[in-house]
Amino acid sequence: MRKITLNISTSPHVIIGLSTDTIMKHVVFALLPAAAFGVYAFGWNALLVMMTTTVGAILTEHFLCKWSDKPSTVSDYSALIAGLLLGMTLPPIFPLWMAFLGSVITIALGKFIFGGLGNNVFNPALVGRAFLQAAFPVAITTWLQPFLPERFYSVSSSIYAWPFMRPTVDAVSGATPLSAFKFDKVSTQAYDMAMGICSGSVGETSTVFIILGGIYLAWRKMMNWRIPISIILTVFVFSAVFYMIDDKAYPSPFFTIFSGGLMLGAIFMATDMVSSPITSSGVWLYGAIIGLLTVVIRLWGGLPEGVMYAILLGNAISPHIDNLVRPRVYGTTKKLKVL
Amino acid sequence: MSLTDQNKTNKSFFSSLGEHQGTDDFLRGLWRDNPVFVQVLGMCPALAVSNSAMNAIAMGLATTFVLTMSNVLISLLRNFIPKEVRIASYILIIATFVSMVDYVIQAVSIDLHKSLGAFIALIVVNCIILSRAEAFASKNTVGRSLMDGLGMGMGFMFALFCIGSIREIIGSGTFLGLQVMPDAFEKWVIMVLPAGGFFTLACLLLIFNHFKLKKIKA
Repeated sequence: MRKITLNISTSPHVIIGLSTDTIMKHVVFALLPAAAFGVYAFGWNALLVMMTTTVGAILTEHFLCKWSDKPSTVSDYSALIAGLLLGMTLPPIFPLWMAFLGSVITIALGKFIFGGLGNNVFNPALVGRAFLQAAFPVAITTWLQPFLPERFYSVSSSIYAWPFMRPTVDAVSGATPLSAFKFDKVSTQAYDMAMGICSGSVGETSTVFIILGGIYLAWRKMMNWRIPISIILTVFVFSAVFYMIDDKAYPSPFFTIFSGGLMLGAIFMATDMVSSPITSSGVWLYGAIIGLLTVVIRLWGGLPEGVMYAILLGNAISPHIDNLVRPRVYGTTKKLKVL
Repeated sequence: MSLTDQNKTNKSFFSSLGEHQGTDDFLRGLWRDNPVFVQVLGMCPALAVSNSAMNAIAMGLATTFVLTMSNVLISLLRNFIPKEVRIASYILIIATFVSMVDYVIQAVSIDLHKSLGAFIALIVVNCIILSRAEAFASKNTVGRSLMDGLGMGMGFMFALFCIGSIREIIGSGTFLGLQVMPDAFEKWVIMVLPAGGFFTLACLLLIFNHFKLKKIKA
């Protein structure tokens, strides 16, 4: 007679098979086209920067887990995503030692100090980038022109700067559409920016591939599609109002939504499941606040780009948004007041 | 021995300093009960004026002077100050010494006065000073209060100096105004900004707590 093993367990008995690492893996897949386009546009520089941040993030996660006597959580892909996202927000000729430092900060201060994945208040990659932006303001605003002919034959010497030493810039630097508009009032065609024919961070230029990745994630229900829609709509409407008031001083709404890191931030960073609100109505509000802050920082702030700070501020208030739009408990008539 | 017993038995000036009592009071402030690293008091000046080692030393010296002098005076007057108005009296005494420090620094170096800014005047509300007045000087003899004030002041200066040196070396590549890093050193601008103060303080607290936990476990 055959022996039958019977598992006695409580519900659920049928599971969909979606775990944290499955979702994370698909986020990596969705990011890869945009990252690959970054390598195509900026050459080996971009690849080196992204590899450094990814390896740095994974190593940091591993050693911090070992140090705190916990099982290593490298295999859930979250460190890989944080590192890859950080690399995609950095300029292509960013010195590797700074990129490595940024990835250590990303994991240590962005995630691990709060207790690891699921407890982080802010998007870890943006914490790392905010640190780098404040620590090395010159290096992080030195951009490379895209599609240089020698991009697959040579690597910029600024990448190879000795640890803790100032990089020497030999590459042909180019202004991003945003800084060109902010400082010289030179506008770039929205079509060029959508296609990625402009200077910028490694992974933020190819808007088309980022949107494709976002559609893939939304289709697989691994991302809350309301967040990017809400952010982009708010940015579009808000900047259109100012464009109609004065089309010389303010950029066109198409320029605003296709320039800089708005798409990357809206689709891959603001949608971080841990640091965004959980209610559907809260998510619309969250996106609107991020969109509003982005436009305000871009138009009147000192820096040309404001998506990073807007998302970090949005992360900071997302628990309060959840509290504000707390849904009615089933069976009760009034909203429960819980603070 | 309780504190009141001590006050009764030791009436003369330095007689309360037993064999190691004075050293103990001094070392407690400097290391074991360090006002910044262990008690986490006086965060406002510790974060705000620790962007260079020189500022840290100046601030530490000023605070040590005020702390020591106010401790001594409050300890001398501890039997005359009515309990109901003690805080106001302490503040008055502290403010007197702060005004003195303010004018002395202006006379010595106007640049230093500018770089410390409002934080000299804010020594009045430094919680280390008021807490030592309330918790120690008002209950102990002059000798012990003197040693306690010195220890706490030096401990505060030591903490500020640690934070200030780290921030200055990494953030400006200099130490006490002298260049210590090679010319090509990339300065971490964030370290001289307020955020750098929080980072440095957090790292130092991490190290202190690590050792404290180790000591408790052992």
